[in-house]
Amino acid sequence: MPRPGQGRTNEKISFSLIGRVVKDVCQNYKGYVIIVAVCIVISAVASTVSSLFMNSLVSLIEDGLEIYGSDGKTAAVDYLKPELLKLMIYMAIFYVLGVAATTIYSRLMAIVTQGHLAKMRNRMFSSMEKLPIKYFDQNQYGDIMSHYTNDIDTLRQLISQTIPQLLTVALTIFVLFIEMIYLSVWMTLLVLVGVGVMALVIKNIGGKSADYFSRQQKALGKTEGFIEEIIEGQKVVKVFCHEKNAEKDFDKVNGQLYEDAKEANKYANILMPIMGNIGNIMYILAAFVGSVLIIVNVPNLSISGQAMSIAIVVPFLNMTKQFCQNISNISNQINAVAMAMAGSSRIYKLLDEEPEQDEGYVTLVNAKYDRNGELEECEERTNIWAWKHPHGDGTTTLTKVEGNVELENVDFGYVPEKIVLHDVSIYANPGQKVAFVGATGAGKTTITNLINRFYDIQDGKIRYDGINIEKIKKPDLRRSLGIVLQDTNLFTGTVMENIRYGNLSASDEECQAAARLANADDFIRRLPQGYETVLTGNGANLSQGQRQLISIARAAVADPPVMILDEATSSIDTRTEALVQRGMDGLMYGRTVFVIAHRLSTVQNSDVIMVLEQGVIIERGTHEQLIEQKGKYYQLYTGAFELE
Amino acid sequence: MVKKLMSCVREYKKASLLTPFFIMFEVILECIIPFITAKLVNELQGGCDLNVVVKYGLILLVMAMASLVCGAASGWYCAIASCGFAKNLRHDLFYKVQGFSFANIDKFSSSSLVTRLTTDVTNVQNAYMMIIRTAVRTPFMFIFALVMSIMMSPSLSVTYVFIIPVLAVGLILIMKTTMPIFNSVFKKYDALNESVQENVSGIRVVKAYVREDYEIEKFKTASNNLQKDFTKAEKILAFNSPLMQFCMYVLMMVISYFGANKIINSGGSDMLVGDLSSLLTYSMQVLMSLMMLSMVFVMVTMALESMRRIVEVLDDESTITNPENPLTSVADGSIDFENVSFAYSQKADKNVLENVNLHIKAGQTIGIIGGTGSSKTSLIQLIPRLYDVTDGEVRVGGADVRDYDLKTLRDEVSVVLQKNVLFSGTIKENIRWGDENATDEEIERVCKLAQADEFVQKFPDKYDTYIEQGGSNVSGGQKQRLCIARALLKKPKILILDDSTSAVDTKTDALIRKAFAEEIPDTTKIIIAQRIASVQEADKIVVLDGGKINAVGTHDELLKSNAIYQEVYYSQNKSSEEAG
Repeated sequence: MPRPGQGRTNEKISFSLIGRVVKDVCQNYKGYVIIVAVCIVISAVASTVSSLFMNSLVSLIEDGLEIYGSDGKTAAVDYLKPELLKLMIYMAIFYVLGVAATTIYSRLMAIVTQGHLAKMRNRMFSSMEKLPIKYFDQNQYGDIMSHYTNDIDTLRQLISQTIPQLLTVALTIFVLFIEMIYLSVWMTLLVLVGVGVMALVIKNIGGKSADYFSRQQKALGKTEGFIEEIIEGQKVVKVFCHEKNAEKDFDKVNGQLYEDAKEANKYANILMPIMGNIGNIMYILAAFVGSVLIIVNVPNLSISGQAMSIAIVVPFLNMTKQFCQNISNISNQINAVAMAMAGSSRIYKLLDEEPEQDEGYVTLVNAKYDRNGELEECEERTNIWAWKHPHGDGTTTLTKVEGNVELENVDFGYVPEKIVLHDVSIYANPGQKVAFVGATGAGKTTITNLINRFYDIQDGKIRYDGINIEKIKKPDLRRSLGIVLQDTNLFTGTVMENIRYGNLSASDEECQAAARLANADDFIRRLPQGYETVLTGNGANLSQGQRQLISIARAAVADPPVMILDEATSSIDTRTEALVQRGMDGLMYGRTVFVIAHRLSTVQNSDVIMVLEQGVIIERGTHEQLIEQKGKYYQLYTGAFELE
Repeated sequence: MVKKLMSCVREYKKASLLTPFFIMFEVILECIIPFITAKLVNELQGGCDLNVVVKYGLILLVMAMASLVCGAASGWYCAIASCGFAKNLRHDLFYKVQGFSFANIDKFSSSSLVTRLTTDVTNVQNAYMMIIRTAVRTPFMFIFALVMSIMMSPSLSVTYVFIIPVLAVGLILIMKTTMPIFNSVFKKYDALNESVQENVSGIRVVKAYVREDYEIEKFKTASNNLQKDFTKAEKILAFNSPLMQFCMYVLMMVISYFGANKIINSGGSDMLVGDLSSLLTYSMQVLMSLMMLSMVFVMVTMALESMRRIVEVLDDESTITNPENPLTSVADGSIDFENVSFAYSQKADKNVLENVNLHIKAGQTIGIIGGTGSSKTSLIQLIPRLYDVTDGEVRVGGADVRDYDLKTLRDEVSVVLQKNVLFSGTIKENIRWGDENATDEEIERVCKLAQADEFVQKFPDKYDTYIEQGGSNVSGGQKQRLCIARALLKKPKILILDDSTSAVDTKTDALIRKAFAEEIPDTTKIIIAQRIASVQEADKIVVLDGGKINAVGTHDELLKSNAIYQEVYYSQNKSSEEAG
């Protein structure tokens, strides 16, 4: 995946992509878009016809001066007054229309642009949230983020600036061209030669500048990467008195960045004056050629049929300038278009990703026992849960959620070619604590990824209370499983809100009870605003251990029948861990718990311990049984074998 | 603030001055060109003398070429000046940060420092480019175009008096109303992106708790809210171009009308068509330069915040500096804490360490045990003077740590930090951080001591194996051992391990300790650990609790008498004790 800024000009301008962007914009703002387009046309025409007014004005003055010469001042003024007034009224009408059109389209564009961006952001976020975990595992964090920042920004540029400007420029050039042929074909040819020169300049200097810009981008990435690495590790640098070396290395990358940035900016900076002065030279040439044409009295070739005169040359000079300005405007927009293309194609790629599929139909419901001791669905929270299983014949059955999880001959690989789990079978009875032990990469976390269907198995079966988990609706399945992960993720908001994340309907008291259970209540109360302390940046102001305690409280408040603890207490000191464990044991009484832990002391009291090695369960039993066996677990326990 | 930033221009002063210098000529030429063109057009109108036309044509051509050269030269120098300025800025910031103490780094936070050295520098660079180029160009343009118009026709130039205030007031009004909105909107925008970040990194939590729809709703509310604010600001900003057009058109009409009248009334003696046409060009230049000026103003205002953040770093003084006549040798590895109290910030109402007294003899092995938040790390960071005590004194080798040369002290007191980091580079390069001139044999020796040699030898490239940024291609336990080896290479008198073997298995952990005892007996060793087993054999074990020393003693003594120690011990050896 290309990183932002790097894929610059590689992207081809694809019309189907532009079509899709335009279609999407039109979908919501069809009326607005039409009005905007009409207004842009009016505005562009109004700004170009002023040259034609110049033509009329100069003719008028010429005529007036002639009358002045022959019939005197009064006649000339009498002639000029009504004619000039008429011209002024025409001009005023056009200009008022032009200004009105510009006002309307600028303001409408603000609405359309922001509305469309919000819509695209919402669409991106909605489809992102529905994507399978696989997407997040396979795409880099920074790349996903850049959709919301860089790519959306290029889209904003495209809609609010590039497209309207290109439209204006194209229209202006078109109208100018017609006006120029209307006045004089000879002089138009001259302008076209100038345009050719400009195109050459853009191709050469612009191309060089683009090359250096991509080099600068690379050097910038390298320098910023270096800065990030050293400053993130600044404390280590200090401890080793390595400051001087860091400075030396920094000077090297910084110097390279300077060289590349300098070259890139040099070419970009000189392009503008060159283009501008080609415009000036064209202007002079037009004046020169015009006067030569007048003097030599070459028969004029034009639509208007006017003879070559100062009334043609003067407005033509302004047109030449305007024409050249518009050409150099295009050169400014080319890069923007290429970048917008790359950005929008990445946005659409995200929108087109296949969302997580869910063919389940078994749902999780609250239940209670009726008078006959049969399960019955009910609305209120009863702490009894049941699987509601609709059958083909229209009947439904309720199965009590017990937390009975079975894996039967499961095979799995994140990519089909590389099997991570092989023929794994696990039986966890309700209320049991099942632990997984094994080296990194042995497949411990993978098993939990499969139980809650973050990933789907390739072969075998997973049953939950006797139901194949593929039949259970994913949201319902996941709601029945509480998960505490090694990497704690908290969200911006108060501590209370973060705990309530586990169960949105939990009262403040319930959240506090959960925090007490997780042994988090004590430190939370000592925070500046207690439970109302706002956490930001993933709880940056808390220690790793404190974050884990909050995430345990969050799981506790969800109160699920089955709990998965994936290295949930790895950053908590052993004394606190023992306290948390006691609370958890109380919570999990009668429920199934899966524990993955690095510390053997965490798993010792489990009902079953499974030792995994390269995706295969090699040992299974209680702590005492495994110690008896004197196998891998025994080696781990006595320290003869290393986990990492 | 400006003065501080300007000091970074240094060797690019010449380029920074040449840029506006050439710009000035470019502007002058650009303003004279229409003047000469007027002459040329007037000549055409007057009857056509080819010689005169050629004369003016050539003059104009030369001027255009000169303008091109000046414009290009200023662009050229501007690139050198602005890139050079950014280079120096980054350089000064980086060097400044290298001189920072831990307290300085904590104050800013690493991620904020990184932003200041990257994004903020880029913003300021762009603003600098704007200032030396556009901000010089536009006022010049404004003045010259104005002067030229007045020269051509003072009476017609009077129209400016009416139009310029209209445009200026309009632009200022637009800026005044939109700037505060934009400022608040950008903050909201950052918050929105932050929530996306949280969702991307916490997607497993979102999905596990089936909160997708909840998050989508939350996002939509924030996003639509943002849209409303943005639209409001941009709708006001949208008045910019019609305002400009309005002023331009009014000016054109007024000048055309009165100009035409003037020409006719005077019979062409007062003014000619060429003058009229050039006057119109000047009026465009005047208005355009006003418009540009407002843009420059907005850009520079936006960069102000970045400037402030950069200067904040440049102005900050390191809280820890070398004493005037520093000691340059450390007598031995003895450590004494004398009534030490410590708080991270002077404003904190509670000390993290309270009245600590501890005496360690050279060559001893000390274990430190204590729960999360018991200030173990704070305690040992005072020894190499990573922080200064708030009260009391810390002595190393009999002298106050504040009397030592910092480099001397830190070379003799080697710390393996809890949050240890390897840098991108080969294993050898990483270990050499401890001693640049170390031979390969020495590196191998310390790696053997840290029990790292064995796995390093298993890598295909051995000691030349490339470590990725953040050490992502070695396991946690391997990383910790490499970090220990790196610290050992310093041959320090005091070695401190801050929970540095937490990811290493118990057996290897024991081997490392054994190697320490045998190979570097004279080095004072301080070991912070979670596992009792890691400190069990230490000469002295310190139990810290809530920033105070709870007890000091050997394993057996503490097991008998100390409640905390007992609790920790039994929590780790539960089943063996209970089963047994």
